[in-house]
Amino acid sequence: MTPANLDKMPVRNSGDILLVRQTVRARAVELGFTLVDQTKIITAASELARNTVDYGGGGIVLFETLNDGARRGLRLTFEDHGPGIPDIQLALKDGWTSGGGLGLGLSGAKRLVNEFHIESKVGAGTKVVITRWK
Amino acid sequence: MSKMADVIRKYQADILADWMKEIPDSTRRSDLISESEFRGQCTQFLRALEEGSRESERAGDLSAPDWGAMRDVLSEVSRSRVQLGFTPTQVATFVFSVKSPIFNRLRRELGNEPEVLADETLRTSLLIDELGLYTTEIFQRSREEIIRLQQQEMLELSTPVIKLWEGILALPLIGTLDSARTQIVMETLLQKIVETGSSVAIIDITGVPTVDTLVAQHLIKTVTAARLMGADCIISGIRPQIAQTIVHLGVGLGDVTTKASLADAFLIALTRAGLVIAATSAKAS
Amino acid sequence: MERIPILKMGEFLLVSIQVDMHDRLALALQEDLTNRISETGARGVLIDISSLEIVDSFIGRMISNIAGMARIMDAETVVVGMRPAVAITLVELGLSMPGVRTALNVEKGMDLLRSISAGNRVARTQRDARKS
Repeated sequence: MTPANLDKMPVRNSGDILLVRQTVRARAVELGFTLVDQTKIITAASELARNTVDYGGGGIVLFETLNDGARRGLRLTFEDHGPGIPDIQLALKDGWTSGGGLGLGLSGAKRLVNEFHIESKVGAGTKVVITRWK
Repeated sequence: MSKMADVIRKYQADILADWMKEIPDSTRRSDLISESEFRGQCTQFLRALEEGSRESERAGDLSAPDWGAMRDVLSEVSRSRVQLGFTPTQVATFVFSVKSPIFNRLRRELGNEPEVLADETLRTSLLIDELGLYTTEIFQRSREEIIRLQQQEMLELSTPVIKLWEGILALPLIGTLDSARTQIVMETLLQKIVETGSSVAIIDITGVPTVDTLVAQHLIKTVTAARLMGADCIISGIRPQIAQTIVHLGVGLGDVTTKASLADAFLIALTRAGLVIAATSAKAS
Repeated sequence: MERIPILKMGEFLLVSIQVDMHDRLALALQEDLTNRISETGARGVLIDISSLEIVDSFIGRMISNIAGMARIMDAETVVVGMRPAVAITLVELGLSMPGVRTALNVEKGMDLLRSISAGNRVARTQRDARKS
């Protein structure tokens, strides 16, 4: 696989979340995603960016354009050095909430993308990687 | 691999010329690909081959960054040929036929070192084989992608949404519903709801032979989405078998209105729209 | 900081969200709406999201909050103009906005608010009649 493009953006506050959405949209449009697929990946990115800001104490997001020979895709990696998630399985269940939110975040975002990967260590931080293929 | 890389660098023009002559007409297809374009692809291939084999001593880990340029060339070659109607063999032959010119030059360079020559020839052969196979893989995947896109187009064309009345739409589904189709159906219906400003949509599944959990879930998602937008859905045409299946599967249709026939559903829709059907007075007697 | 304008249409308020909102703007909107409902005694709030291409859980929460606060002040909330792609995504996300009614467009939203309002008026009249 050829990662054709790697970019990085800070995700520290709500202004950054807006920028992340705009950038994801631009990339998705460039890759020719359908409107529904665009909406899904941008929304998933928005949820994860918000998690990074609200629970991760701020972090970064990496953008990768993928090409596996037959199709193209977009991969986003959200990383923070926040408190980490003690019980990932629990976090991935619908209705989980730690901050009084609607309790969606991770499980919802997972359903919006084709590939979802999460790593987290208490006291070290969290990394979430999502991929949407055209 | 450094010997092969050296040989390519030294004799690039000659190898290119021989290779282009070597390629059988059935693979060359001069009717589909111009001379200059073909030459360009062969040149890029050789350059990428030299670049990739310069460092690696082994017959290649094709996912390594050194082979990035080669992967790009092969992707390009493969994908363009899928569109033009080449066969997988023709595309692979493009790659395999580069062996002969390279072996010739290797023999010239290493003629007096038979052990080294045998070694290099084997390694080169294995590498080219891998490249040929990679090309075939890409070809396959590209073809599958094209078929998938064509299927999608067909699905979009075969989802007729009918306006039964002002504000009332009907979507008669016919045939099996799979995940892909149901998604297209969903999107088309929701789009039509917005375009026509219809607050009621009747999804009729009389023509759907079986409904499994996945299909039922998709239908429910469609109804939920329509509701979020401000429209109501009624599902009609639920045959006894399907009703049984749904109950057995334990799928909750929740508070989705369901009716046995499209006619019944239409009546409900009219009522919700505040309309009533009345017979005209006094039939001519 | 610009604020989202709130229009008064009869006994209802109309808010049209046309920009990608950041947190401060969303909070300001909730505050402004609560104040306006109180000032005007409005019976209903119409939130037009036909320009929104993305609705995430943050916006969802904001809308739910607005509906909750409005109800406490005896006003109903109707959200109109949700785009199909947004609706599909919200369903997948698992987001529901309890207590929030929806309509296809502003016109239908107004009709809905009027019928709810009329219903409430009737109920209130009946209740008052029973008391006396």
